[in-house]
Amino acid sequence: MAGIVSYGAYVPWYRLNRQTILWTMGWFNPAAMLPGKKAVAGCDEDSITMAVEAGVDCLQGFPREKVDGLYFATTTAPYKERQNAGIAAAALDLREDLRTADFTDSLKAGTAALLSANEAVRAQGAAQVLVAAADTRLGKMGSAQEYFFGDGAAAFLLGEENVIAELKGFYSLSADFADHRRAARDVFDRAWEERWMRDAGYLQFIPRAVAGLLKKYGLNPGDLAKVIYACPYNREHAAIAKKLGLPPEKVQDNLMSEVGDTGAAYPLMMLAAALEEAQPGDKILVVSYGNGADALYFEVTEEIVNRKDRKGVRGHLADQNDLGSYEKYAVFKNLLPLEVGIRGEEVAFTQLSTLFRERRSVLGLVGVRCQKCGTPQFPAQRVCVNPECGAVDQMEPYRFSDRRGRLFTYTADRLAASLNPPAIYGIVDFEGGGRYMFDLTDCEQDALKVGMPVRMSFRRKYSDEARGIYGYFWKAVPLREGR
Amino acid sequence: MAEGIKDKVAIVGMGCTKFGELWDKSAEDLMVEAFLEALEDAGLEKKDIQAAWLGTCFEEIHVGKSALPLAMTLKLPFIPVTRTENFCATGSEAFRGACYAVAAGAYDIVLALGVEKLKDTGYGGLPEFSSVLGGKPRLIFPNVTAPGAFAMMATRYFDRYGLDPQEGKLTMAKISAKSHRNGALNPKAHLRREVSVEQIMNAPIVAWPLGLFDCCGVSDGAAAAIITTPEIAKKLRPDPVYVKALQIAASSGEEMMYAGWDGAHVETTYRAGMRAYREAGIKNPREELSILELHDCFSITELVTYEDLQISPRGRAKEDIDAGFYDLDGQIPCQTDGGLKCFGHPIGASGLRMLYEVYKQLQGKAGPRQIKNPRLGLTHNLGGFPVMSVCSVVILGN
Repeated sequence: MAGIVSYGAYVPWYRLNRQTILWTMGWFNPAAMLPGKKAVAGCDEDSITMAVEAGVDCLQGFPREKVDGLYFATTTAPYKERQNAGIAAAALDLREDLRTADFTDSLKAGTAALLSANEAVRAQGAAQVLVAAADTRLGKMGSAQEYFFGDGAAAFLLGEENVIAELKGFYSLSADFADHRRAARDVFDRAWEERWMRDAGYLQFIPRAVAGLLKKYGLNPGDLAKVIYACPYNREHAAIAKKLGLPPEKVQDNLMSEVGDTGAAYPLMMLAAALEEAQPGDKILVVSYGNGADALYFEVTEEIVNRKDRKGVRGHLADQNDLGSYEKYAVFKNLLPLEVGIRGEEVAFTQLSTLFRERRSVLGLVGVRCQKCGTPQFPAQRVCVNPECGAVDQMEPYRFSDRRGRLFTYTADRLAASLNPPAIYGIVDFEGGGRYMFDLTDCEQDALKVGMPVRMSFRRKYSDEARGIYGYFWKAVPLREGR
Repeated sequence: MAEGIKDKVAIVGMGCTKFGELWDKSAEDLMVEAFLEALEDAGLEKKDIQAAWLGTCFEEIHVGKSALPLAMTLKLPFIPVTRTENFCATGSEAFRGACYAVAAGAYDIVLALGVEKLKDTGYGGLPEFSSVLGGKPRLIFPNVTAPGAFAMMATRYFDRYGLDPQEGKLTMAKISAKSHRNGALNPKAHLRREVSVEQIMNAPIVAWPLGLFDCCGVSDGAAAAIITTPEIAKKLRPDPVYVKALQIAASSGEEMMYAGWDGAHVETTYRAGMRAYREAGIKNPREELSILELHDCFSITELVTYEDLQISPRGRAKEDIDAGFYDLDGQIPCQTDGGLKCFGHPIGASGLRMLYEVYKQLQGKAGPRQIKNPRLGLTHNLGGFPVMSVCSVVILGN
C-alpha cells in the first residue's frame, strides 16, 4: 500500500485584510473587492522557506535520513537555474544521495509532484519521498489577483509503511487553457477575462476530472467523505458542489476567507486541512486546477489517528498577525521602493564556494557535538569550545534546526537596515546545549522576554538583487501560546 | 619567567587632534596634526623616531590598508612601520606594538599613531559590519549594529540584576550625563553640550533599551604617542609617564558558543583587567586607581566595566553611580575628557586618545578638568561586541 505517510502545512504569520486593500486601491478598482483575509509571506520568506517550514511540520517524528527524495512544487521558484529543491533539501538536512526535482509552471504542479512521488514509491525507486509545495504569487497593484492570491505551503511524506491515506487512483486532464500566465521574464501574473476563466475553466475542468475519476474507479459521489477542489471563486466553488451533487459537509473549505489561492500549494493545503479532520475509512478526492486538472483518490487508514499532532493548516491559522497597512504589504512584496539607506544598499557579495563548503551549517543549521564532553556547538568547530575540554577533531554532526531554545537576550534595533524595522535579534540557548546569535522573526518587540521559548525557522536572510543571490539562514521565532 | 613591562617604557610626548565631524580635514591632515603635537611635546625631531605603528580600523575604506598611509604622509625615512587593527581596540594595539619594541630593546624611540576618518564613510554610526566579519560569519551572523550588540548586554543586565527598564535606563542616563558634563569642559571634544538626565531618558531609541544619548559620538580624529626607555625619558623631560601595565585579552568563542557566560558583563575586560592589576602590582583597584578612561561606546559598556574591573561590586554599579563615585569630583573620576561619549570615537585613535587624557592628568596639565594628585590611571579600550571582543587595559603612572 502506497500513499501519504505524514503531512504538514505552513501559513505565514501575516494576514492582510482584503478590506485594507480596498481602502488603499479601491479608488482604482472597486469591483475587485473580496471578503476575508489573505496570508502574506513576510519579507524574509519565499516559496523555498515556506516549503521547508511545511516539510519540518511533516517530518516531525520521522528520521530525516530515511527520506530518499524531495520534490518541490511551485510556480514562484526563486531560481530558474540552481535547483530550488536542492536548497530545501539542504535546509531539511536530508541525505545527499537523494532524488530532487522541481515541479513547476502550472498550478497543478503540486498534484503532479504528489503523483510522481507516489509512483516512485510504488515502483520501489524510493522508500520515502517528501513532496513540498509552496507559492507566493504576485498580482499587480489594484488587480483582482491581488485580492485572490495568498501565500502558503503544504508537505506530504509518501511511502509504503505507516500509510495514513492510501493513494488509490487518479485521473488527469491536460489542456493549453491559458487563463493565467507568466512568461519567463514576468514578475506579475496576467489573466484573460474572468468570466471565461470561471465558466470555461473552473466549471468545466474540475467536474470533468471528478467525473472521469469516478467512472474510472466505479465510484459514486455518495461513496466520498470529502471532496477537495482548487476553486478560489466562492460562487463557482458552491456551483461545482451542486453540479456534483455534494452536500456542503462533504466539500472541503477553499481557504479563501483566511489564506487565499496559494497556487501550486492550494489543493495540497486543502488536503492537509482535510486530513486534520479525517477518519479511518474516509474516501477523499483532491482535484487541482491549472491547464487542465489532476484528480487524486485517497482512502484514509487506521494510522491517521497517530498523525493528529501536526501543526497543519489549523494550527497555523490559530497564530496570525494583521499586517495592518497595504503599504507595508507593498514593501514586503517589493512593489514599492523603500528608502533603506546606505546600510540597506550595502550587500556584501556571497562567496558561493564558502557557502557550499559550509552548507550544513548555513542551510541545515547543523553544528557539532563534542564526543568527549558532550557539548553541542554551532557553527561546526574543530576545537571544542568548552574551556574545560578543548578536544580536537572529536566532533559528530548535531542538528539544531528541530530543537527548541530559550531567548538568552535580545534587542530591537532601529539603526540596522530592515524592511520591517526594528530589526530584532538576540542570543539563543538551545535545549540540550549550544548557543548562538540569531535574527528573530514573526514577533513584536513588546512580546519578547528574556528566557522565553523559541523555535528555529528557515528564512531568507538577504537578497542580493544585483548579483541574483538569495541568502538563506535560520531565524528564531518566539513561541507564544499555541505555537 | 617574564614579568611584564612595568616601568620599562615611558611616554615622553603625546598629541591629539580635536575630534568631531571634521568635513574639511582629511586623514592625512589629522595624522600630521597629532604627530606634530607629540613631537613638540617630547622636544624631539622626526629623525629621532626609529620605528612606528599605525592604528586604523574602518579607515582602510578611506586611506587604504598597510603602514604606507602613515609612512608616506609623514615622509618617515624608510623606517619600520606596521599597521595594526583590532576593531575598536586598534589604537591600544598600535601602542602595544610600540611599547613592546622599546621594552625588547629593539629601538630607543618609537611612534604610535591612531587615526580614523569615519565621516567620509557615508554612514551615520559605524559602517556595515558585513564587510569586516569575513565570508563565513557573514552567511550566518544576524544583521547586527554596534548599538544593537551592546543593547543585548543591557537587556541581560537588567534581567539578571532585577532592574526594571526605567530604572535601568535612568542608571545608564546618569553615566551619559556625567560624561557630557566633563566633555563640556574639553575644547578638543566632539560633543560639548551638557545634557540632562531627562533629555537622555526621552531621546529616541536606537536599539532598545539604548537611546541616542546612550551612544557615543562617531567622529574623525587622530592621536599619537612617542615612547622611549625610562633612561632617555628622564633626560627629555621632568615628568614622563610610565607604563605600569599593558594587557590585552581576546574572546575564545566561549561567550558566543558556550553557555558559561552570563551576558551581563564583558569577559575580556575582566581578564585583561585582572592581568593588568597583577602586572602593575595593584591589590585594591578601588583604593589605588586615581582616574579611569573607559571604553564607553555605550552607557551600558561603561556600567559593566566598573564591575568587570572590580571597582564596583557585581550588580551594584548603580550604587556608585548614584553616589557620584565616578564624577569629576568623585573618588575615581571617570571619562574626565568626556570619554567616547563626548570626546568622540574615531576608532583607530580612541585607545591613544584615552592615554592622552591620562598622560595629561598625571602631568597636571588637564586644565579645568584637572583632578587632584593622580597617581595611577587606567585606560580600557574594547573592540568587537560583548559576545566576541578584544579588550586592552593599560595602566599609567608617574
